[in-house]
Amino acid sequence: MNEISAEVPGQGPAATDDRITLKGAVETALTPLWIFFGYFGEHSMLLFQSFVWLFRRPFRLRLFLEQMHFVGVGSLPIIMLVGLFSGAVAAQQAINALAIFNQERFVGATVGLSLAQELAPVFTALMITARAGSGMATELGSMRITEQIDALNTFAVNPIQYLVTPRIVATIIMMPVMTMVFNIVGLGGAYFYSIVIKQIDLGEFIEYFTFWTDPKDYIIGASKAVVFGISLSLASCFQGFNARGGAKEVGLATTRAVVSGSVSVLVLDFFLIDIFHLLWPYKS
Amino acid sequence: MRPPAKPPSGKPPAAPPADKGASKPASPAEPESADPSVKSARWQIRVRDLNKTFGPQHVLRGVDLDIERGKTNIIIGGSGQGKSVLMKHLMGLLKPEEGHIWVDGVDLVPMNDVELGRIRRKFGMVFQYAALFDSMNVVENIAFPLLERYSLSREEVMERVRDLLRRLDLGDVPGIEQKFPAELSGGQRKRVGLARALIDRPEILLYDEPTTGLDPIATKNVDEMIRRTADQFNVTSVVISHDMASTFRIGDRISMLYAGKILVTGTRDEVLASQQPELREFVETSGAVAMGALDPPRPSP
Repeated sequence: MNEISAEVPGQGPAATDDRITLKGAVETALTPLWIFFGYFGEHSMLLFQSFVWLFRRPFRLRLFLEQMHFVGVGSLPIIMLVGLFSGAVAAQQAINALAIFNQERFVGATVGLSLAQELAPVFTALMITARAGSGMATELGSMRITEQIDALNTFAVNPIQYLVTPRIVATIIMMPVMTMVFNIVGLGGAYFYSIVIKQIDLGEFIEYFTFWTDPKDYIIGASKAVVFGISLSLASCFQGFNARGGAKEVGLATTRAVVSGSVSVLVLDFFLIDIFHLLWPYKS
Repeated sequence: MRPPAKPPSGKPPAAPPADKGASKPASPAEPESADPSVKSARWQIRVRDLNKTFGPQHVLRGVDLDIERGKTNIIIGGSGQGKSVLMKHLMGLLKPEEGHIWVDGVDLVPMNDVELGRIRRKFGMVFQYAALFDSMNVVENIAFPLLERYSLSREEVMERVRDLLRRLDLGDVPGIEQKFPAELSGGQRKRVGLARALIDRPEILLYDEPTTGLDPIATKNVDEMIRRTADQFNVTSVVISHDMASTFRIGDRISMLYAGKILVTGTRDEVLASQQPELREFVETSGAVAMGALDPPRPSP
């Protein structure tokens, strides 16, 4: 074995603990990579099992509807509030920037495009992660530590089918819906700031908005929302389902769920926007 | 029903562990049940050479155990000795690295999830802290196994739930049916957990440390509940416990798990007569004998 010995001349070999071996150095360097691939593999397995169980009997429609209500209807007030102010702030910034070129009339197009492709799917995903994702992780985590998940097993009910599949599917379905809600309310916020406060011409606002934004922009936004839905619900379910110990660990699992869900949304967004623009190039 | 599984190798499986320190053999060999893979009239569950590791930890190191049909079988042992792990194996919730578990002559170990699902219908499990579903009320909790397994009418389900509530002395508690687990006392929660385990009329009831964290009166009540349930519902009970007073009060057959193996197994008297040093220390330290655990049980008022 190749090793860099820390032997001191005349004093015999140094203690084994003090030696830096090539194998050890490589192992240390690769540890984060192993951890990453380990997590990726475990998440992929959970996702795969969830989809396999989706097509197996019994089909419990009630559980899916309950989760859709929790993820969608339950998140509606916060999505609308954030959407309204995000649209208004986006309009504020756009008008400030466009004013340099005396082109404030483009505000409808600018805000419409940013909302459709970026702001609506990303902010909706972050809000759903914070509200519904944390709720999923906490609920599954406390079910794990109080043996409720083991109890499901004793009744021959598969916990992934009963608990994880409905949550992931409900999030995938509700994410594009909530993104559209965010878009509509966000445009309302932009309209209020631009037309009511900044006195931009309504005709120009609508004209440039309808010219520059296409249905494909909303399709891109909705497609991103689906991918974000998978990643945030998977992160939340994984952390909750694998929680161990007591209340403190459930709290940590919830924190990890929110952090990993949010980070995955932002990282995926970076890659997805290029992928979608390869499929649907920008309007020129 | 699957054909009875054969032993893994050509050689016959090891005989149940005999208590070498006892005055007489704790588990007398029975000719009719020498082969654990054959359904026996006396033994309902037979475990041979069960090994389980979790990472570097070797938790079960060749467990051999027989569970007697229709009796209250207690598995005692200190904390961290693998009692709960052993219990989860009995129901097929964990897969061992080696070994066999025959339930009525059918080996659980090679079974897939669907087959295990079928065999688990023979079992009911009462968890240490009841493990009731927080999001469901008492009726929904108790009816859960029925609703998951069969298409029964609402009336039929309610009739069975109410019958169980009555038999477990919960029928007179006002509004019990609509209460959520958080609104129940510790004892009520345990009884609702027991009702949920009993609703599908299991043949085998597993109790995971049922008296942990209870005061002496509540402990005695739970002991009586276990005893009464075994008689009323004619089930085989397997109780995991480290409460020696309870063990001697309700146990027909007692086995001690120590360092991942069954150290001693036998009837209550056989175990008490054992000179096995670890068992003696366990029994004497608990003070169960001094507390009169060996006195004949008195009927409850």
